Amino acid sequence: MNVAYVNPFITSTIDTFKTMLNIDVKPGTPELKKEPLPTFDISGIIGLSGDAQGSIAISFPKIMALKVISALLGSELKVVGPELTDGIGEIANIIAGSAKQHLKDFALSISLPNVVVGKSHVLASQKNVPTLVVPFTCAMGNFSMEVSLKTK
Amino acid sequence: MRILLVDDSNTMRRIQKTQLAGLGIKDIFEADNGEIALIELSNNMPVDVILLDWNMPVMDGLAFLKKIRENAAYAGVKVIMCTSESEKTKVIEALKAGANNYIVKPFTPVALKEKLGV
Repeated sequence: MNVAYVNPFITSTIDTFKTMLNIDVKPGTPELKKEPLPTFDISGIIGLSGDAQGSIAISFPKIMALKVISALLGSELKVVGPELTDGIGEIANIIAGSAKQHLKDFALSISLPNVVVGKSHVLASQKNVPTLVVPFTCAMGNFSMEVSLKTK
Repeated sequence: MRILLVDDSNTMRRIQKTQLAGLGIKDIFEADNGEIALIELSNNMPVDVILLDWNMPVMDGLAFLKKIRENAAYAGVKVIMCTSESEKTKVIEALKAGANNYIVKPFTPVALKEKLGV
């Protein structure tokens, strides 16, 4: 996968956090996913199809996910539940949708979001689909984005 | 102003309600898919504006939009697409189907205010 394809998703992540939460997030260097695999507590996943196929996942530690969605809702969430998973799914949806307009090489459709909840879970990728991992840092904590994209 | 929020995300609807409350708008109805939205619209007329998401289960935003534009009773209801679908082709498709305006997520309260014209 051309690493340039991940740039719209990085831009979209920065823009989404700034616009919705007024938080500056800083991306690290994208790297091909490798062992040991990163682990997370909650991930929002959007499927991508069309001229390319794959997915984008935004993954957080539980504490950060609670902080982010509490800030979005304007009320404190203390436990993992439907409000949290809905919020994480919506963030993934917004990032994926916003990125599409900048992926000029292909027309993509996005799926409805799925949210995975599980302490220290790993997102496994298809063997023949390259996955780039982008770490992010911000005042609320560290999180990660994984972009898997197989071009035709 | 009476507004119908149509979005499958409870989070997004809560954000929109907070933003609308900041504009002094409190007559707000909600639906989490197009099918429910048809019922809410029928039950709560007059409705001035619909903030309409695109990607939803059961009935998506475009299908809902086409449905209400077939009904003369809703001719005066403004529809603002409020969606993460950001490509020009999608904007054109929605406007052709009868949307009055289009706002792409993520958006600020100021941007929403401008689209509502308040």
